[in-house]
Amino acid sequence: MRRPRLRQSGVVLAALLLAVLALAPVAARLLGNAWLLALATRAGVFAIAAVSLQFIVGFAGLASLGHAAFLGIGAYALLMLAGAGWDEMALSLPAAILAAAAYAWPTGWLALRTRGVTFIMITLAFGQMAFFVAESLAVYGGDDGMPLDRAPPLFGSRLLARPEAFHALVLLLLLALLLAARRLGAGRFGRALRAAREMPGLAASLGFDVVRVRLIAYVLAGGVGGLAGWLLAVASGFVSPALFDWRLAGQLLVMVILGGVATPEGAASGAIFLVLVEEGLSAADEHGRIVLGALLLGAALWRVRRGRAG
Amino acid sequence: MSPALLLVQALNGLELGVLLFLIAAGLTLVFGVMDVVNLAHGVQYMLGAYLAVAFLPWCGSVWAAIALAAVASLVLGALLERLVFRHLIGADHLDQVLATFGLILLAEEGVKLLFGPAPRTLPVPALLSGAVPLFGGLHYAVYRLAVLAAGLAMAGLLWLMIEHTRTGMRLRAGASNAPVLAALGVDVGRLFARVLALGAMLAGFAGAIAAPIVSVDPGMGGPVLILAFVVIVLGGAGSVRGSFVAALLVGLTDTLGRGLLDAALIAALPPAAAHTAGPALASMLIYLVMAAVLAFRPAGLLPARGRA
Repeated sequence: MRRPRLRQSGVVLAALLLAVLALAPVAARLLGNAWLLALATRAGVFAIAAVSLQFIVGFAGLASLGHAAFLGIGAYALLMLAGAGWDEMALSLPAAILAAAAYAWPTGWLALRTRGVTFIMITLAFGQMAFFVAESLAVYGGDDGMPLDRAPPLFGSRLLARPEAFHALVLLLLLALLLAARRLGAGRFGRALRAAREMPGLAASLGFDVVRVRLIAYVLAGGVGGLAGWLLAVASGFVSPALFDWRLAGQLLVMVILGGVATPEGAASGAIFLVLVEEGLSAADEHGRIVLGALLLGAALWRVRRGRAG
Repeated sequence: MSPALLLVQALNGLELGVLLFLIAAGLTLVFGVMDVVNLAHGVQYMLGAYLAVAFLPWCGSVWAAIALAAVASLVLGALLERLVFRHLIGADHLDQVLATFGLILLAEEGVKLLFGPAPRTLPVPALLSGAVPLFGGLHYAVYRLAVLAAGLAMAGLLWLMIEHTRTGMRLRAGASNAPVLAALGVDVGRLFARVLALGAMLAGFAGAIAAPIVSVDPGMGGPVLILAFVVIVLGGAGSVRGSFVAALLVGLTDTLGRGLLDAALIAALPPAAAHTAGPALASMLIYLVMAAVLAFRPAGLLPARGRA
């Protein structure tokens, strides 16, 4: 009977972390430190990205190392549309989502033919492919990337140029995504995905199209990844091929694993925790990431040990 | 492209291929025999290069520095096996990703701390400096030929070990069916320890011999790791033979594809478009080859026996 309480505590933790993020604008104003607000916004954006990756990792049981590609595609969609003067959010945001989903579909169809370690490597390879394309786009800065001229207008208004407003948008989107993901996971589609994860043979013989269910999850995850990419581009005001980097994909995967792969709120908590810890450590010391490495290694060995114990 | 230039590109491709093979050989066995995801294998390559750089002022000879780096890599691999990888056998893939990602951060930041973020280099040994003339007025660096030869020699030794020793026999059996091998009374854990240390040594050696021709920086393991993954997928997990063929294929596709595609596109497209599309297509080529192989032979080109 421990499990339901653990789940409950996961929701409480996520709610607490969200509350901390929601209070960031107040803290930033009181302390006169704009960096705090930017940090909280970044944590929110990464939480959205981690929740999207959790669709694949948690529900389908497949570890992807190519998720950064969707973020990159979403960000480049905004950059390209901005170049044509069409950065209006009502247009560029759906375009970013669709572009990322459009890449997820064929690559997912191919990658989902494999399982386990091979799936990890294939998704990594598709991520690299997208990376090289972005790197070759000389018009958009090649491997340096380029800055966005301005925050995208929202129905013509300059609202998103205000950090507090953009922060609120990120948190609202994160909350909506969490609620939607929980509903989806608890519903028929989530059950089909879990059935496909636990016993693919049985699920198939019951009439579920296992590959199709997984592909839908993969494309959904890609689309939401595109959303996160759009947000990340606006948050940093800069778009570069580094968004496609496999290290970013690895970081996203680490966020999901740390927070607990089973639930969307776990993934969100993992992301918020990791962003805050990493940025905190980097701010404290130039080589702070070394502590993070030790932390991740320790966490993994501890998890393995606990898993063995029972 | 002139025939001489083609030859230079082919030699570059083979050289990249043997380096990739040295890295992929250990990794494919770790995957194939123990089903362990090791994202930190690229780190062994990077550390091999840094070890050679660090040993050079201490021992004064590039030859000795490279040899010491290989030995130190072996020791390091054995140490990491004891501290980390031993515990990851049979664990969830996600925990293996978490642990080895942590190792990457630790190693890269550690190297930055010790050596600084600026790239280092290793000098080419005096005996192998200079270039041999090819036809058509082109020259090829002797050291690059030596890297090719050293890589092929290592591959030959590895082949002898795998085909003609007891450990090699067990490795082949493990790649085909590890549980049955364990049931027959073979200490699979010890086998794994050896594979991991050997793999670390090969990758470290690759890093050390590559150090004079590439820039030695903390992030150098990343791109190589990804190419090694492609090699493993193409060759089939656990198949060293498959890795050898796939590594040469990837090396040649990457370098020759770059040259030939550029030439073809410049002939077919306006120059501006060709210069944009050329490098992108060439970089993507190996991944396209991989996608094609997966679509038609999901187990790889030369899978370990009993896995096809």
